[in-house]
Amino acid sequence: MEDEMKDKDRKSGSGKNEMKREEAGKNKTSRKPPEKKKEEPFRERFIVSSSPHIHDGRTTSSIMRLVIFALLPAALFSIYIFGVTSLRVIVISICSALVFELLALRIMKRPVNISDDSAFLTGLLLALNLPPGSPWWLVVTGTFFAIVVAKQIFGGLGYNPFNPALIGRVVLLVSFPVHMTRWIAPSAWGADAVTTATPLGRMAESLDTLGHIDMDLIRELFSREEIINLLIGNTAGCIGEVSIILLAAGGIFLIAKKVISWHIPVSFIGSVWLLTGIFYKIDPAHYINPTFHVLSGGLFLGAIFMATDYVTSPMTSSGKIIFGIGCGLITVLIRLFGVYPEGVSFAILLMNAATPLIDRYTKPKVFGARKAA
Amino acid sequence: MAGGFFGGVHPEYNKELSRGKSIRVMPLPEQLTVYFSQNLGAPSNAVVKKGEEVKKGQVIAQPGGFVSTPVHSPTSGKIKSTGFYPSPVGTLMEAAVIIPDGRDEWEEGCDRERDTAGLTSDEIKDIVKEAGIVGMGGATFPTHVKLSPPEDKPIDILILNGAECEPYLTSDHRLMLEKTEEILEGASLFARAINVKNIVVAIEKNKPGAIEKMREAVEGRDGFSVEPMEVIYPQGAEKQLIYSITGRKVPAGGLPMEAGALVQNVGTCLAAFEAARLSRPLIQRVVAVTGSGIKNPGNVLARVGTSFRDIIDFCGGMTDDTAKVISGGPMMGVSQYSLDSAVNKGTSGIVLLKADEVAQFENEPCIRCGRCLVVCPMKLNPSALSIFAERMRYEETGEHGVADCIECGSCAYVCPSKRPLVQHFKRAKAEIRNRSKKAG
Repeated sequence: MEDEMKDKDRKSGSGKNEMKREEAGKNKTSRKPPEKKKEEPFRERFIVSSSPHIHDGRTTSSIMRLVIFALLPAALFSIYIFGVTSLRVIVISICSALVFELLALRIMKRPVNISDDSAFLTGLLLALNLPPGSPWWLVVTGTFFAIVVAKQIFGGLGYNPFNPALIGRVVLLVSFPVHMTRWIAPSAWGADAVTTATPLGRMAESLDTLGHIDMDLIRELFSREEIINLLIGNTAGCIGEVSIILLAAGGIFLIAKKVISWHIPVSFIGSVWLLTGIFYKIDPAHYINPTFHVLSGGLFLGAIFMATDYVTSPMTSSGKIIFGIGCGLITVLIRLFGVYPEGVSFAILLMNAATPLIDRYTKPKVFGARKAA
Repeated sequence: MAGGFFGGVHPEYNKELSRGKSIRVMPLPEQLTVYFSQNLGAPSNAVVKKGEEVKKGQVIAQPGGFVSTPVHSPTSGKIKSTGFYPSPVGTLMEAAVIIPDGRDEWEEGCDRERDTAGLTSDEIKDIVKEAGIVGMGGATFPTHVKLSPPEDKPIDILILNGAECEPYLTSDHRLMLEKTEEILEGASLFARAINVKNIVVAIEKNKPGAIEKMREAVEGRDGFSVEPMEVIYPQGAEKQLIYSITGRKVPAGGLPMEAGALVQNVGTCLAAFEAARLSRPLIQRVVAVTGSGIKNPGNVLARVGTSFRDIIDFCGGMTDDTAKVISGGPMMGVSQYSLDSAVNKGTSGIVLLKADEVAQFENEPCIRCGRCLVVCPMKLNPSALSIFAERMRYEETGEHGVADCIECGSCAYVCPSKRPLVQHFKRAKAEIRNRSKKAG
């Protein structure tokens, strides 16, 4: 009567404890009575855990991989137009990001798990935010700040308040401004790199020297050819920011795959377009056409791939729209009135700081919540 | 078509395993383990002792309060022992082990046909109460309590819950196909008990057969209608179902009656019919036995107290690589550590999964992707709640509405960090309950 024996054991041994446990909550670790181990082990060895028992299969690393995949066209295109110098920066950036991640996890005694691909993605994103000819030490310094300072010191994946890749970029931008603004003109493989300025940079320079926008420059930049160049990416700029079409394709892919939602990119790009449009309408001699603003600089790269970083952006749809508009506003203020020709990175980082606040004030209202008294 | 509530997920439904299988009556097993408490609310108190002879339908446990129900013996026989046994809710529970005598003799007064036409509202409520009827969708809330709304909360719609949104489960589907008339009769009794004219049968659109069958059956019946529902989990959750059908929101922390609605599972309707017409207490139910781990999936009419082991054996046994046995569906069911668990009034299914289908949850950090916010049908922020719970800041989980969580599991189902969100919330709720108990 094996069953009866067991019944007796249960009655005398663990009945009371079980009742307590029942009250303490259904926790899988506390459910197994320790004294059971010595006695008859469970005949069946089933997995016992809390519901739900199934999962849709999407993991952190599969999301990271989708983002990397969405960035590939723009990255490959930059290698095509800027040549091997661009490829070199991308490779150095990814490798050093992985090495720093590995070292930091070891030193901080965190579970070493770089298979989630987040360090890979940070490395790739940083590279895409650097000028094509960046020297190796510049790239390594950037990934150090991105991975070690901005991410791991704050607690690792999920705990960083600021976008790591952007911290890396901005540290470099304020520390090594000369190296960070040495642009090269697009050229085919093997051709000598020619330094040049970005379209936004040329605009800012023209404003500085003349006090108003040079009409010849306008005509040049607004030739159909130039607009097409901006769209395709046949222009000077950071490695990954130049091809608007490929970046937009990556964004549409991510939205279709439900990795990101439309809220941040649309509100970010839309508010930049709207705000610069208002200034343009008021005073076209000092402010440039909004279409040019939207298509040039790092706006698409930032709005689609950097501002949408889960960890550092708000979680609700309304929060995301506020975040996007904030990013757009700051970008426009920096571009039109700041010392930098470009403002996307600073704008996103500043809004990162506002994310906890936005989250607090856009808290979803519980289904069926009574109106606040 | 009625559909939309906020949020929800689309898991693989996997109903084809058992939805085509007619309900088979399970033979009387060698022993039955009948838990003394089979309802949400106050536990019932045992009134039988070891060695006692019982009849089929005899009360073996009395209600422990108003929100409580009696438990009846599922067959005639002898009580071999009483004690604590593994139960489907995952804890040990007090139960009686009954050895059937094989005669299956009814208690006097049971199993007699009765004319239900003249029953008054109070009589119906009494019958339901004495038959030990509870919500058979899985929650096991005493049905007579639902039928007793306070006078200032008038109910104008009765919703028959045939949504069956849990993946794998097919017991309600089969019931609607095979016991259509009985279900509608039971529903009429409920409607009469609360004086409601409008009765809606809500069925997810993935059960076209049941929708058609119900449509035919309601024709000519006053006040009945059939409403095909969008296939989305958790469509069958009470608050979501009421919103889908009526557009009314049950107030947070409130009961469905506050939205003027009463929801009854189709199985509960059948139980009410059998209690009223046939004078049979609730001693058996249909259990879907399914999943990749069962050799011969199907739907089984089993007596309350039948062990999972016996049911699995009746369905051809399980495969060697079965890794998880779930009482209920895979989204909200409870995983079993022992096959000694026995069917209770809420056991809607037994789902057996292989290791590669079982989700493993880990305490990885939240990456704030916001997917849980998008799917939470209660519009909570599972991410924030889980972080508070993880840090044992239970007061804050309360302030952020953990009490409104319906534990549907949608958040954990989509969490890319595979955080054990539902576990966090169950723990937080229990902690809050304990603290208020201590304080009060």
